[in-house]
Amino acid sequence: MLRLVMLRLAFGAMTVLAASVLIFAGTELLPGDLATAILQNSATPENVAEMRAQLGLDRPAPVRYAEWISHAAQGDLGISLSNQHPVAEELAPRLRNSFFLAAFAACVSVPLAVLLGLLAAIYQNSWYDRAVNFITLLTISVPEYLVGYLLVKYLSVRWGLFPSLANVAPENTLLERLDLTFLPMLTLVLVVVAHMMRMTRASVLNIMASPYIEMAFLKGLTKSRVVVRHAFPNALAPIISVIALNLAYLIVGVVVVEAVFVYPGLGQLLVDAVAKHDLPVVQACGLIFACVFILLNLLADIMAILSNPRLRRAR
Amino acid sequence: MTERTKGDLVLDVSQLRIEVRTDAGPGPVLVDDVSFTLRRGEVLGLIGESGAGKSTIGLAVLGYTRANCFITGGSLRFHGRDIRTMSAAERRALRGPGVAYIAQSAAASFNPAHTILQQVCEIPIQQGLLSPAAARSRAIGLFRELDLPNPEQFGDRYPHQVSGGQLQRAMAAMAMAARPDILIFDEPTTALDVTTQVEVLASFRKLIREHGTSAIYITHDLAVVAQIADEIMVLRQGRMVEHGTADAILHHPQQDYTRRLVAERFEAHGHHAQDSGALLELRHVVASYASLLRVVNDVSLRIQRGDTLAVVGESGSGKSSLARVIMGLLPREAGDIRFRDEMLASRLKDRTREQLRRVQMIYQSPDVALNPNQTLLQIIGRPVQFYFRRSRAEVRARVLELLAMMDLPADYIDRKPGALSGGQKQRVGIARALAAEPDLIICDEVTSALDQLVGEEILKLLKRLQEELGIAYLFITHDLGTVKRIANKVAVMLKGEMVDGGETEAVFAPPYHPYTQLLLSSVPEMRSDWLDGVLAGRAG
Repeated sequence: MLRLVMLRLAFGAMTVLAASVLIFAGTELLPGDLATAILQNSATPENVAEMRAQLGLDRPAPVRYAEWISHAAQGDLGISLSNQHPVAEELAPRLRNSFFLAAFAACVSVPLAVLLGLLAAIYQNSWYDRAVNFITLLTISVPEYLVGYLLVKYLSVRWGLFPSLANVAPENTLLERLDLTFLPMLTLVLVVVAHMMRMTRASVLNIMASPYIEMAFLKGLTKSRVVVRHAFPNALAPIISVIALNLAYLIVGVVVVEAVFVYPGLGQLLVDAVAKHDLPVVQACGLIFACVFILLNLLADIMAILSNPRLRRAR
Repeated sequence: MTERTKGDLVLDVSQLRIEVRTDAGPGPVLVDDVSFTLRRGEVLGLIGESGAGKSTIGLAVLGYTRANCFITGGSLRFHGRDIRTMSAAERRALRGPGVAYIAQSAAASFNPAHTILQQVCEIPIQQGLLSPAAARSRAIGLFRELDLPNPEQFGDRYPHQVSGGQLQRAMAAMAMAARPDILIFDEPTTALDVTTQVEVLASFRKLIREHGTSAIYITHDLAVVAQIADEIMVLRQGRMVEHGTADAILHHPQQDYTRRLVAERFEAHGHHAQDSGALLELRHVVASYASLLRVVNDVSLRIQRGDTLAVVGESGSGKSSLARVIMGLLPREAGDIRFRDEMLASRLKDRTREQLRRVQMIYQSPDVALNPNQTLLQIIGRPVQFYFRRSRAEVRARVLELLAMMDLPADYIDRKPGALSGGQKQRVGIARALAAEPDLIICDEVTSALDQLVGEEILKLLKRLQEELGIAYLFITHDLGTVKRIANKVAVMLKGEMVDGGETEAVFAPPYHPYTQLLLSSVPEMRSDWLDGVLAGRAG
C-alpha cells in the first residue's frame, strides 16, 4: 500500500511540474512582456531592450523558467509590478482568506451533501427523493452570481439578517468573520451541494445492486442500516473524488462569488493582476491554484486507497 | 442435541406460486404449485437446472422476493405462522433467528468493507439476541466447529484475505450465528474446487447434525445433494417433477426427466485420436506474473491433430496461466513452444497473423467474453474479416454458415448477446473461434458457467466439430467427470507444475499418482454414503 501512495505522490509532483511549465509558457505567449508592462507608455524599442537586459529577459526561456521555478520552490515568487512588494507577501493574506471561505463552505456542504444523498438513497423514489433531486438540480443550473444576488436581496437587504459585503479585515474576530462571510458561504454551499449529494446518492444506489447488499437484507437488517453500514463504505471512492473536485472549486473557482461580495480572496487578486498586466502575480496565482487542485486530487486518491480494505490490507 | 431428532413440523409450504410482474404486465410464472414440509433436523434437497425456481423458493422461505417477483398463491407456514402475511418488521425478525441464508458465492456475499467477525456477529447483535462479547465468543466457537484455522483470529480478517473454501464456511458461521431453525443453502459449493468441496460439504453436514437444524439444500448436482439430503425434490421450470427420499431418487427415479439427470452423471464416451505429427509442443516452459509469482513451472506437453488434451487441477494450479502462455498473452520466461514445427514467439504481438489464426480460444464466461453492444454478425464476422479479408457479403454468408453449424437460428445474426441464453452465448463463442478456421482451440472451463444439461450439449457440439473438422482441443477444466468423457490425454497440474500426465486411461487407472488420486476421490459419486466413505478413508 505504501508503494501505491508513494506512486501517487510522485505522479502528483510530476503533474505540478507540468502545470508550472504550462503556466510559464502561457505568460510567455501573451503579447508584450514584463519590460513593456513596466515601461508602459515610455516603451520605445531602445528602452525596452535596455529594460529586458536589466531584468534578464534576453536570456532563453528555459533558463528563465528554471530560475523562476527554483525560486518559487524556495518560496520566492518574485516582485509585484504594481506596488513593488514581494508577491509572496501580497498573496499570503489573500490565500488565508480564500482558504477560510473554502473551509467554512466545506464544513457545511460536505456533511450536508452526504446526509442528503444517503437519505435520498434510503427513501429512493419517495417524495423526499424527488424533491431533493429537483431542488439540487435547480441550484446547480442557476448561475452562482444570481444565487448570490438573490441571497443578498432577501437575506440581507429585505430581512437584514446578514451583511451583504464580505469585506473582512485582519482585525476581525472569528465570529465576525463567520458573520461577514455567511452569505458567500451559503452561495457556495448551494452551488456545490448538489453535485456531491447526487454523486452520493448514485454511488450508494449503484452499490445497492451488489449481492452482499441482498445478503444484508436477508440477514434481517433495516434499510437504513444496510445503506449506511453496508453500501456507503463501499461507495466512498467516487464520493471522495467528487468532494475533492468540489473543494478545489471552492478555492480556485470562486472568482465570481468573490466579486459579488467584494471578498478579498485569491480570485479577486488574480483578476486584478491580469487587468494590471502584473505577470509575476498572475504566474504565482496560477501556480498556487494548480498546486491546490493537484494536492486535493492526490488527497482524494490516497483516501480512496485507505477506504478500501483490499488495497489497505494485503492478503 | 448431538443426535438427529426429527420431530415437529418447522415449515409447511403449500401450493406456492411465484410470478414476475412488471409495469408492462404479468411475466412468466417462476414457481407453480410447489408443496413440501420440513421437520426439525430434516434436510430437503432442491434440484434442477437454473430457471427451475430453486433459489426463488429458497428466498421465499425468508420472506424475500427479488425485484418484480411476487408470491401470488399458496402459503409458507413457519411454525404455523404464514410468512406471506407477516409485516416488514416480523420478516426482519424471521431472517437470522428463524431462517438464514447461505449464498452460492461467499466472495460476492460478504461485504468487502468489513471484517468477517463484524459480519458474523451482526445478526445476533442487531436483532438484540446477544451482547457484542457473547456474539464474538459464539462466532469463534462456530469458526472452531467449522474447522477454520486460528478460530480466535480468523474473524479479524477481511473477506479478501481468506480462501474461497474458508469464506464459504465463514458464511455458514454467519448464518448459524443466531441459531436459526432453518438454513437455506443455495448452491454453496458450486463455486469451489472439488477437493475443497468435500471439506466444506463435510463441515456443513456436521454443523446441521450437531445443531439439529433443518435445511433446504439447493443445487444442480445430484451427487452433491445425495451426500447431505434426506429427501430430494426435482424441479423443472418452476414445477415439481418428482419428490422422494434421496435413495429413491438416485436409484429408482420414476420420471423421465429425473432419469436423464441421473443418467447424465453416469454417462461415458470413448475417444481415440488417430496418430499424426505433433501440432503443439511445449518444452520446459516457465512463466511468472511480474517476474515474482511463478505460475507455470517447467511444463512440457504435446498435442497432436485431433487430440483433446485435458488440463486439470484446482484453481490457482496454473491451468489458465498455461493457456495464456500458449496464446502469448503472458510471455514465457524460458522454454520452447512449437506449433506445426514453427517456434512461436513469446509475445502475442511478435507472432504472425497466420500463427494467431491457427490457435483460438473459448472462454469460461460468454457474458464477459462477448461484447454486449455488438451483433452476432459483428462478433463472429470480425475474425472472418480480419484473417481472410472477405467482402461484406461473404462475411455475412460465412457467419450464417457458422450459425447453422452451431444449431443457432439464422435470424439471430442481427441480435446482440443480451437476447441469448447462456448456452446459446457459449455457442456464439465457439462460432467466433471457428470463424478463424483454427487447428487448435483452447477451451477454458467452457461448461462450468452453464447448467449440466446445457453443458452436456456444448460438449457434444465440440466433439462433433472435432470429428468433422479434425480440430485439436486443449481443454481446461476442474471437472474430472468431463475429462474422462471427452479427453484422450490428460495433464494434471499442481502449483504450476505438471505432476501427472499421459493417456487418459493410463492416468485414471491404478497405479495413481497421489495427487491424481486425491482429485479423483473428491468427485462426488451417486451414492448417498460416498462422503462418509471419503472422510473415513482420509481419516484412516
